[in-house]
Amino acid sequence: MSVPVVQLSGIKKSFGPVDVLKGVDLVAHAGRVTALVGDNGAGKSTLIKGLSGVQPYDEGQVLFEGQPVELNSPRQASALGIEVVYQDLALCENLDIVQNMFLGREEISQTTLDEASMEYQAALALQSLSVKTVKSVRQKVSSLSGGQRQTVAIARSVLRAAKLVILDEPTAALGVAQTEQVLQLVRRLADQGYAVIMISHNLADVFKVADDIAVLYLGNMVAQLKTSETNHNEVIGYITGISQQVKA
Amino acid sequence: MSELTLKTGQEGTTAEQFRAYLSRLRAGDMGALPAVGALLVLVALFGSLSPYFLSLINFANLFVQAATLMMMAAALVFVILIGEIDLSAGVTAGTGMAIFVKLQIGGMNWILALALAFVLALATGWVIGTFVARIGVPSFVVSLAFYLAFPGVMLWILGDGGVLRLEVPEVSAIMNKNLPAWGGWVLLALCVVVTTLMGLWDRARRTKAKLPNRPIVFLFIKVAGLIVLGGATVALLNMNRSQSVIPGNEIMGVPLVIPFALVILFIATFTLDRTRFGRHLFAVGGNPEAARRAGIKVARIRITAFMVCSVLAMISGVFNVSRIGNVESAAGKSIVLSAVAAAVVGGVSLFGGRGRLAHAAIGAFVIAIIDNGLGLIGMSAGVNFVVTGSVLLIAATIDALARKRSGGSIART
Repeated sequence: MSVPVVQLSGIKKSFGPVDVLKGVDLVAHAGRVTALVGDNGAGKSTLIKGLSGVQPYDEGQVLFEGQPVELNSPRQASALGIEVVYQDLALCENLDIVQNMFLGREEISQTTLDEASMEYQAALALQSLSVKTVKSVRQKVSSLSGGQRQTVAIARSVLRAAKLVILDEPTAALGVAQTEQVLQLVRRLADQGYAVIMISHNLADVFKVADDIAVLYLGNMVAQLKTSETNHNEVIGYITGISQQVKA
Repeated sequence: MSELTLKTGQEGTTAEQFRAYLSRLRAGDMGALPAVGALLVLVALFGSLSPYFLSLINFANLFVQAATLMMMAAALVFVILIGEIDLSAGVTAGTGMAIFVKLQIGGMNWILALALAFVLALATGWVIGTFVARIGVPSFVVSLAFYLAFPGVMLWILGDGGVLRLEVPEVSAIMNKNLPAWGGWVLLALCVVVTTLMGLWDRARRTKAKLPNRPIVFLFIKVAGLIVLGGATVALLNMNRSQSVIPGNEIMGVPLVIPFALVILFIATFTLDRTRFGRHLFAVGGNPEAARRAGIKVARIRITAFMVCSVLAMISGVFNVSRIGNVESAAGKSIVLSAVAAAVVGGVSLFGGRGRLAHAAIGAFVIAIIDNGLGLIGMSAGVNFVVTGSVLLIAATIDALARKRSGGSIART
């Protein structure tokens, strides 16, 4: 298989006396959705915060496209092409879709905001993800549904030329139809060559969309499985700690 | 590059665009309409109650009276947009003007003295902003502290008399002199040219980016409206409004304050709508946490907003001292609350992130007309205050109801 977009090995992180991550390995490939599952407190968020540069790891190696890298700030992570879509989405409801997608990196020409160029690129990014449900790219975010907001947040990471997109519980607050839409979007994201890591509590979603399933249990990566070679019961076994897999 | 299939809100025929506008109205996105409606109702009401209200002299007077309030409202828009308030904007302006007049009387060059007033504005805005953004004291409290303290500073500066006369003809001229007749027409021509060019510029940029444009007829309507309304205003202001029949005592022309106010409002609007700072201001007002995660330096934006507010407030102070002709120790205490009312009447949301400067300017006209009209029909100051308060409450209620309908949340994070 090709060089993974990101490869973590021996990642450790502790908060005072509490070891949250105890030597975690994780691989994410371009074009594949890697689901990160595990019970509350297993260390999923801590692992993601390290990848996004918000809370640097204590120990361990991060290879990005085969090169060892340092992830000490969100800016560094973003410069490499790592984008995180948090659960609360971080959108400004009073701004429209285009304004949100370019927030903090507005384009300037002739000394003023280049609205036309930004509008075109935003529409193109949404189109590339086959988004059809928004009425206009100039709609205010306050008028969008939960699924549409998730879509805008994901499209924003695409616009930022990401290579690795990390989604934190993208379907947590959504209804059935919208969950379906967002899962399709996640699939398309991977099909377009992005590496996707998706945190989820919902195994049905995971089995629907993920290529690989990584299971964290109390700070250890107990399994990284191909979806096609496993089943619900096996994954639940790892999540709850009933099954243990010896790490390679 | 591939074709765009997603809509941008600008495609469609004139009729389709018009229908889309109507449906936005129904959805509660009314913009300046309530304020414009209130304006028309008030003009009709006072016009029918007082023969003097629609006289030429009062027409010109209204612009002069509204200018000070309008500038103060514009100042407050910058802090209201980030969900904050600056109660001290008026007394900061008053203190700045006290310093200006005192130093000028003391022999200092008036331009230098005026510049020092603006240094005070920048410093005050920076201090308030720093307390709010870096230390986390609520802006209501910080600015209330200044609101209480600055009148004391004014007392020290002004001394026992408590009043100092303005003796700078250049500053008095702003509110008391008029443009020559041709000057008014040149001003209107400039407004038309700038509006047209900016409209065409935006269209050219959209065309270059292969985006659809609205039918150009909308730009024609806008410019035609400007020519008709602006032309009527200039024509009326250029007629002799003097009560005196003695030749040589004519008063005519566009008041000098109008070009001043227009230029400043244009720059402020341009900043809010077309610069990164303006965009970030709205983002901080809408969702500070989202703004922070997008890499926006939230504290710096907040502090800058307070500084802009104080500077615009100081300009309002200059207008005020030019009109009244003196500074007294209570200068600027009451105007702030009227300016907040003006902004809210103009649809600027006190929750932050929503509103336009031009709408706040219309709101300022509404408040100024209430003040002017009630005075003319012989109502007492008491009635004036009660009516102004009621209008504010009605405006805020319309805003809240409109927001409910449009489904936007009023929650702040």
